[in-house]
Amino acid sequence: MNVNSNSYTYLFSVVMVVLVAVMLSVAALSLKPAQDANIELEKKQEILKSLGIDVTREEAGIAFDEYIKEQLVLKGGQPIANPEVPAFAINMADAVSKPSDEREVPLFIAERDGSTFYIIPVRGKGLWGPIWGYVSISSDGYTVTGATFGHKGETPGLGAEISTPVFTDQFPGKKLAVDGQFQGIAVRKGDASGDHQVDGISGGTITSVGVENMLNDCLKPYVSYLLSRNAVEVPAPATNDTLISVL
Amino acid sequence: MSQVTKSEPKEAPFSKKNVKLVSDPLNGSNPVTVQVLGICSALAITVKLEPAIVMGFSVLVVTAFSNLITSLMRNLIPNRIRIIVQLVVVAALVIVVDQILKAYVYDVSKQLSVFVGLIITNCILMGRIEAFALANTPWKSFLDGIGNGAGYAAVLIIVAFIRELLGSGQLYGFQVIPESWYLHNGGWYSNNGMMLLPPMALIVLAVLIWVQRAKFRQLIED
Repeated sequence: MNVNSNSYTYLFSVVMVVLVAVMLSVAALSLKPAQDANIELEKKQEILKSLGIDVTREEAGIAFDEYIKEQLVLKGGQPIANPEVPAFAINMADAVSKPSDEREVPLFIAERDGSTFYIIPVRGKGLWGPIWGYVSISSDGYTVTGATFGHKGETPGLGAEISTPVFTDQFPGKKLAVDGQFQGIAVRKGDASGDHQVDGISGGTITSVGVENMLNDCLKPYVSYLLSRNAVEVPAPATNDTLISVL
Repeated sequence: MSQVTKSEPKEAPFSKKNVKLVSDPLNGSNPVTVQVLGICSALAITVKLEPAIVMGFSVLVVTAFSNLITSLMRNLIPNRIRIIVQLVVVAALVIVVDQILKAYVYDVSKQLSVFVGLIITNCILMGRIEAFALANTPWKSFLDGIGNGAGYAAVLIIVAFIRELLGSGQLYGFQVIPESWYLHNGGWYSNNGMMLLPPMALIVLAVLIWVQRAKFRQLIED
């Protein structure tokens, strides 16, 4: 057999390509469940981190079920009764590409040491690629208690600093609303003060602006709902009406 | 090429010559420090020991098996497309390794990110297949792959050891420099932040090459 003839070369390539394709498909399919489980656990880990709960990825599954009491899907500031996609499975990249009031966005409600926290996923654009994160809000519906950010490929040492405590530690205590009106969080250059501003990253201006836009874009649809939800939960004398609306 | 290997007399699987295939790349013909191949990834992922070990081991697996597979097929591969065939073998193995890392050591695979995929472009792989596996029997090629992979891994681990120790005061993620030594705890010690930056990998590697050549003078070129 002449291994250098044209027909043999073609035959060899075809057989090789088919064999390799089959092999890789089998490998990819058989490892997919384990990979998906990792991604899901990582998401749970990130959500818990915004609450200030640090767990390893292995523990994240159990801890998530322990702390997260309720998962809602909101559309236009109102929860949907029977969402097509459950809250946890919502793809934020798709959601934020829609106009604000057509989005179906998830809201995670957690309970820790007897108080309620709302966890809101955010997603936006950095300099090189997507940035995302989770912001946890206290039971009053507008005070930030924690934030975590992640990014796909921001510049190390500059934009990538948004995921470090140096940046995220500024968020607890910031307020998302004034007198019941939404007010975003501005990312400032060095002169941040008050309840609505944080310091940006030096040399990471575009990423910092991306964070600001992401927060304002993603948090706004929630605040009215959180404030109204809160208004219902606070009053001491529960009338029949309020009880029904809580239920 | 293949005629020569076929007429070789049978030899024991761990004969002196075969053992040399594994031990040589660890020192005298080390792919990184002597042949200066695969530098890119050696610089990129040596900040900490754990990713360096995983990367070294991944490359070892890929060199060993790509050598073995290519050697098994060496009499069947049409000469004109042999580079393509080698690439397909290496690429397929790298994808499998990448998928396994994502499934079982997710954190490390995130740290290694693109560098696992870039094993494909590691010159050591194509170099060993082209120079050795196409002309030698499967067992010898397998040993050669293990030797070269181990030689690469050894350099990565040494560089990562130095960088993690001096740069973060840790080894394999465990604090080894006592906390009380640090300036912020009233001590006298501070981590060398420069060790965490890529240029220091180049310098550490260069020092390594210098030390090796000072010790084994036959490696010094004219």
